[in-house]
Amino acid sequence: MNLILSLEFIKNHRQLVTTWLRILLSKRQFVLLLTILVVSPLGWTKEAVPVSENPEIERRMIALSEELRCLVCQNESLAGSRSDFAKDLRREIREQLIANKSNKEITDFLVARYGDFVLYRPPLRTNTMLLWFGPFIFLLIGACTLIIYLRQRRKQLEEVALSEEQIEKAEEILKRNSDGGNT
Amino acid sequence: MIRFLLPLVAFIVLVAFLLVGLNLNPRKIPSPLIGKPAPAFQLQQLYESEKTLASKDNLGKVWLLNVWASWCAACREEHPLLVQLAKSGIVPIYGLNYKDKRDLALQWLDRFGDPYIVSIVDSDGRVGIEYGVYGVPETYVIDKTGVIQYKQIGPVTVDVLEKTILPLVKGLQG
Repeated sequence: MNLILSLEFIKNHRQLVTTWLRILLSKRQFVLLLTILVVSPLGWTKEAVPVSENPEIERRMIALSEELRCLVCQNESLAGSRSDFAKDLRREIREQLIANKSNKEITDFLVARYGDFVLYRPPLRTNTMLLWFGPFIFLLIGACTLIIYLRQRRKQLEEVALSEEQIEKAEEILKRNSDGGNT
Repeated sequence: MIRFLLPLVAFIVLVAFLLVGLNLNPRKIPSPLIGKPAPAFQLQQLYESEKTLASKDNLGKVWLLNVWASWCAACREEHPLLVQLAKSGIVPIYGLNYKDKRDLALQWLDRFGDPYIVSIVDSDGRVGIEYGVYGVPETYVIDKTGVIQYKQIGPVTVDVLEKTILPLVKGLQG
């Protein structure tokens, strides 16, 4: 499909395309560019160097460091950050994993040195109560306000009940109006 | 009346929260190490590479551990103050040369002055991790029993030195 489209494009804009090609071919740079394009994949492609020999360790290291905050660039995880600090801590985590430490032991190690702040999921403590339950408190306040508001409105609606006399009068007006509309 | 007062009160509360929240410095993270024994180390000295210094060598005195590096711009900011403090002889300052190159570190001290009794070398940042270092410069006040009493993250300013560090040091020495 793409090929057909591009062939059609060339057919329709033959002049434009030939001008482009002429400009490109006339330039020595183009030849250079072509050479680079051809040669570079051969020279430069290389397998990404595995940072640890063991892919399982590497996988666990990345999974764990995604849960941890880089203190230098605070909106990035240790897994995502390119700072030296994150690099060092990734090395530390990797070494501890190789030494057969559990994820909990490693996060405890980091929390002991950097505080709860390294954790993206804050633990439940007295000083994080508001953080954990605040949203639910607000939800509760909102729900209460809504219920009170709806009740009040219903009360107001009930108050406008019409008397017999008023209904008769209203019907009369409606009748008169519809008669008038016909003529 | 309440109809108009309630939003106003809510707004004022929100503004108060924002005022406090936006004035907090997100870089200042309370260190969990305060009140805990300073992590032990035994590291090579910067000047005399064949000698080492261990944290336990400093037991019995109040000392400052200043984490610095030649690549750290903010270290230059606090450096004159440290040199001055060292001259006053109030408290010994030890330097932890963090993730630096030896020749650059020596050049740096040569150029800006050396306030340190001894600088020790943490070239791969492992002792830094033990001390929870994340923003150089950092300064730790360590007491006679080897417990961390205070941690300054970022450069030491005249204000911090006079209002916090020096009174603390004097209290600990006394």
